[in-house]
Formats: sequence, C-alpha cells, structure tokens
Amino acid sequence: MLEIKNLHVKLQDEDKQILKGVDLVVEPGTVHAIMGPNGSGKSTTSYVLSGRNGYEVTEGGATLDGKDLLEMDPEERAAAGLFLAFQYPVEIPGVGNMTFLRTAVNAQRKARGEEELSAAAFLKEVRAKAKALKIDADMLKRPVNVGFSGGEKKRNEILQMAMLEPKMCILDETDSGLDVDAMKLVAEGVNALRDGKRSFLVITHYQRLLDHIKPDVVHIMANGRIVKSGGPELALEVEENGYADILAEFA
Amino acid sequence: MPVLQAKRDAAVARMAVLPVVPTSGWTALARAAAAERLSVMGMPGRRDEYWKYTDPTSLSQVDVRSAAVLQSDESPVFGDIDRLKIVFVDGVFDASASDDLALAGIEIERLETAASEDAHWASALFGVLEAKGQSPVERPLAALNTATVADGILIRVTGKVEKPVSLIYVHSADNSDAVLHHVVRLEEEAELTLLENGPAAARFNMVLEVDVADRARFSHIRAQGRDHERRAATHIFARLATESQFKSFTVTVNGVLTRNECVIELTGDNASAHVAGAALGDGDFHHDDTVFITHDSVNCESRQVFKKVLRNGAKGVFQGKILVKADAQKTDGYQISQALLLDDDAQFLAKPELEIYADDVACSHGSTTGAIDENALFYLRSRGVPLADAQDMMILSFLEDAIAEIEDASLADDIRGRLEGWLTRRRV
Repeated sequence: MLEIKNLHVKLQDEDKQILKGVDLVVEPGTVHAIMGPNGSGKSTTSYVLSGRNGYEVTEGGATLDGKDLLEMDPEERAAAGLFLAFQYPVEIPGVGNMTFLRTAVNAQRKARGEEELSAAAFLKEVRAKAKALKIDADMLKRPVNVGFSGGEKKRNEILQMAMLEPKMCILDETDSGLDVDAMKLVAEGVNALRDGKRSFLVITHYQRLLDHIKPDVVHIMANGRIVKSGGPELALEVEENGYADILAEFA
Repeated sequence: MPVLQAKRDAAVARMAVLPVVPTSGWTALARAAAAERLSVMGMPGRRDEYWKYTDPTSLSQVDVRSAAVLQSDESPVFGDIDRLKIVFVDGVFDASASDDLALAGIEIERLETAASEDAHWASALFGVLEAKGQSPVERPLAALNTATVADGILIRVTGKVEKPVSLIYVHSADNSDAVLHHVVRLEEEAELTLLENGPAAARFNMVLEVDVADRARFSHIRAQGRDHERRAATHIFARLATESQFKSFTVTVNGVLTRNECVIELTGDNASAHVAGAALGDGDFHHDDTVFITHDSVNCESRQVFKKVLRNGAKGVFQGKILVKADAQKTDGYQISQALLLDDDAQFLAKPELEIYADDVACSHGSTTGAIDENALFYLRSRGVPLADAQDMMILSFLEDAIAEIEDASLADDIRGRLEGWLTRRRV
C-alpha cells in the first residue's frame, strides 16, 4: 500500500533538514502508529505525503500502490486514495460544509473516471454517516469548521474520511484537544472504516488513542528517522517510561 | 487659475457635442441649472483629490473610446426572475422590447414624455438630489448627466409592487455614448425592487435619484458586466426619510473603467442604508466604488460592504465616507472594504473616511488586502478538489459577505451563478 523509502526532507526556505531517511511500509488492511517526541518529524511526514507546499524532498521517495506519490498534486494524491486527517483542520468561511464535501466527493469520482454522486444519493449517505459521528444537520450547513469546537472539527475530519473512502488514511494527532468521550467517538468512526483492505497511519503522542484504535505495528520516530518498530507493546512502553529510554539506545 | 479654466472649457466642449435637449418645460430648467453648475466646477481632472486613483479622462473627454460588443451565449442576468422589463438600447428606450409599463401600485413614465407636462411630481427631484449631492464633494459627471440627458425613466411607487422593475441596458454600437437619468420616488410605506443589468454602451453615464418616504423600502440589485472595453460612470443619489430603508448591491465583472458613486443622505430618524458591491476583474479592469453617506438624523444605521477580487494587473478603488452631523446621535455606521489579490500585479487602493460631529455614535471601518489563504487552499486540494476549483471556491467564499447583503434568495443565487460562470469562462 504505502511505501516510504529513505525519505529525506528539508524546509524549502530554510536550510533545515527535518526527515533524515524515513523507511516505512504499510501493508493493506493494517494499522501503523507513529509515536515520537515533539519535533521528531511526525507531522512533516504526513504533510510531505499529502503534498503540502514548503518542503523539499532531497533524497528517497514514497509510493502508494506503486505510484510515485511525490510527483502528484495534492488533489491527485487524494484521488489516488490518500487522506490526511489534519491536526488543525482549517476554517473556511463562506464555504458550506455540505457543498465542500459534495465537491470533494465528486471531484475524486470524476478524477477516477467514476460517475458523480447525485444530490439525493449524496445527501442520504452524508446524513447516515454524520449521524454515526453525532454530527447534526446544523454542523453540516455551517461553513467548513467555522465556529466548530475542537472535538467537532476532528469529527468533521472523520466524516470527510468516511465520505471519501480513501485506501490509505493518515491521522495526524487526531486525539489532540479531545476529551475522552470525543476520542472514543472519533476512534469508533475510524474503526468502522477498518475493512481488512484500508490502511491507517496514526500519528500520536499518546498511547491513549491506541487503546481505541488498535495498531498492528508501532514505530518510534526521533530526529527525522524511525528508530524503533514493534508491536502494540511498544506504545505501552512509551507510556510507562517516556521516550528517554528508547532514545538512549540509539544515542 | 489656468487649471480650473481648462476644466471649465472641457465642460463646455463636452456639453456642446451632446444631443439637443428640450428648451422649455420643467426639465429644461433643471438642465439649465445643471449646465450652469457644471460650467462653474468644470470637468473632473487628474489632479482632483476625488479622482486620485481613477483617471477621469476617458469619461469626461469629448471622444468616446469604442468598445466591442461581445457576443455571448450566456443566459442573461435575472433571466428567471419574474419582472417588468424596461429596455434601453445604447441609452435609448426601446418600447418594442419592453413590457407594458402598467403595473399595480406604480406609475412608470419615460422622462421624455413627462417633460412635456406642465407640472410633474418628478420636478421636485430631477436634478435636485443630484445638485444636493454636489456638496461637499463635486461630482461633475453627474451634473453633466442632468444637463444633457436625453432619456430615462420616472418611477413613482405608491404601494407594494408585485414584481421587480428591471432596467435592461443593451449595448449595440461600438462607439455608443449613452446618458440615462432615472428618478424613483417611493411614497410612504411603498416598496420596490429595482434591477439593472447590461453593458449599456461603450461609454455610459447614469444617474439614479431615489427619494424614499417614511417607512418605505427600496431595494436595488445591479449587474454590470460582459463587454470588457466598456466604460461607465454611475451615480446614485438617495434621500431617506423616517424609518425608511435603502439597500443597493452591485456586482461588476469586466469593464476597463467603472466608477460607481453612491451618495446617500439619511434625513429621517431610524432610517437604514446598506450599500454593497462585489467586483471581479482581470487584466486592465479598473473598478472604483465611491460612497458618501451623510447621517443627518437620530438613530440611523448605515452599512458599506465592498469586496473585490483582482488579478493580472486589475485595479480596484474604494473611497468610502461616513459623515455624521452634530445632531445625528445614536448613529450606527459600519464600513468594510476588502480585496483579494490573486497575483502581484493586481492593486487595491482604499480610502476609508469618517467625519463625526455627534458624540454618541458607533462607527467602525476596516479595510484588508490579501492573497488566497494557502492553508485553506491546501485543505481543499487534500480532499481532492482540483486547484482551479479550490481557487474558485475560495474566491466565491470571499465575495459571499457582499452577496449575503442581497435579501432576496433567488436574486442572490442568480448573482452567485453569474460569478461562478465568470470564473469558469476565465479558466480557458
């Protein structure tokens, strides 16, 4: 599914190397978690994969189903099946949430040569999926993320994910700013999308989220590289002892 | 004063080449007075403070710069709206293309017809609101209009009109030089929606005088567009009585030069005036919104919302003033002008002005100029929305604040569709 090979990335405007050789393979149907201290390069990885401006790949690459991700525009990556749930979802005044969702769904369908969803079919689907995430009609009508609480924004991200049905989902600190109930709701939304084929890359600081979204593999990232990989027990180890012990092994 | 003399000479020269107008009757008196006003103030010059950001030359000079008539398969604005249509071709009333002017609650007359009557209700307004609007800032092109106008429509509203009155301006000749002057009087508690659309002429000079009596409501939606080379100077002069309401919205796309002036005087307590505009321009597009709102009564509210999207060298101007006179306590004045510049060549010039003599008022103003939010653009693209679509969504969302000023939902949707169409056509 997703294959990252020796990925080196620097900031475009600064002489600052952020990723220093990331290697990662996410197989179909699996959940991988990336944990790591602040500034280790977790969010940068998610941005580079989804095509945000401001980064320069100096070495290595990343593919999705064998296709070179880094050659594609952000919208092409989305149509190819990549989805990033933002750590800080963006507010867009003046664009209705519903309009936005429908435009996105149909743009992807069009890019893949599929038929666009009719207004009625779209409405039916979005209502059902919104209900499961406890997103009410009012939230759907409002401008994208404007006036949403932290929890509402994250639920809205998961709704988009559910509507767009990507193959490869990256969740960038989706648990940040969420209380326990909201986190459960979001996790349920994610788990509902696990179908044995769809893959997930969950970026988080805390083991807490991984109690609800059970990972197959846990990676520890530090200083721009993945320094250790293991099973779910690795997350528990971090929770218990912090990163210091693990990082000390590689110092 | 050689500069003033030159401006006066220009005024005389300009008036000399315009159509011969009636020399007797009530309109003749108003015209003569306007000609006198104009010959004293002269034509606008490049050094005038009020024309600092917009070169008036092509609007004031004798020669008309030609403008190609664009053939378009686009459906006309307001096409699906049930309305009473009044058509002008190159500034001349076209009876055969217009609807029957009879409608319940309203009297509609052609200026030319009314001019031959001895006494007419419009004689108290024609050129009168314009003359009043000449102070404290001179507006020579409006005086020129009154002095030389050949055609126009007089509308007197006595009740609630069942459908909007729609002025349609057809541009037919490449070098047409059209002058139109309309007068609208809303009697107490009357209500009217006035629509205007069309490129009108190669050069268009339009004055609209609106007198809104107690508790009457006037709503105005205007679409200026299509022919890229067209030029226009328009003036709206409005006087608002107690508890009356005035709302005007203009959408402008295309046009090498558009100057829209709106001069409003709130003369009765609790009156309300809203003026809004959305402009979308490319290349040598130049659009100027100049607004002057005078609060002269207690507890009145005024609101100005102007949004411009400019790219590829397009230029936008906003000059907005709120004048609060000493007795206009409890005034609530608001003004915002914003521009979205899509590249480094586009330019927006804003001059917000507040002049306040009353001590118990709330007035606020703001102006911003910026580029499309890159974060938002990336967010949309990351969801699969192609770059061009994402940009269009951001542009329309930016303009939405101005469009939201239109009360009628179907008219607002029509305007939105217009802007979407423009954006789509501009892609190829």
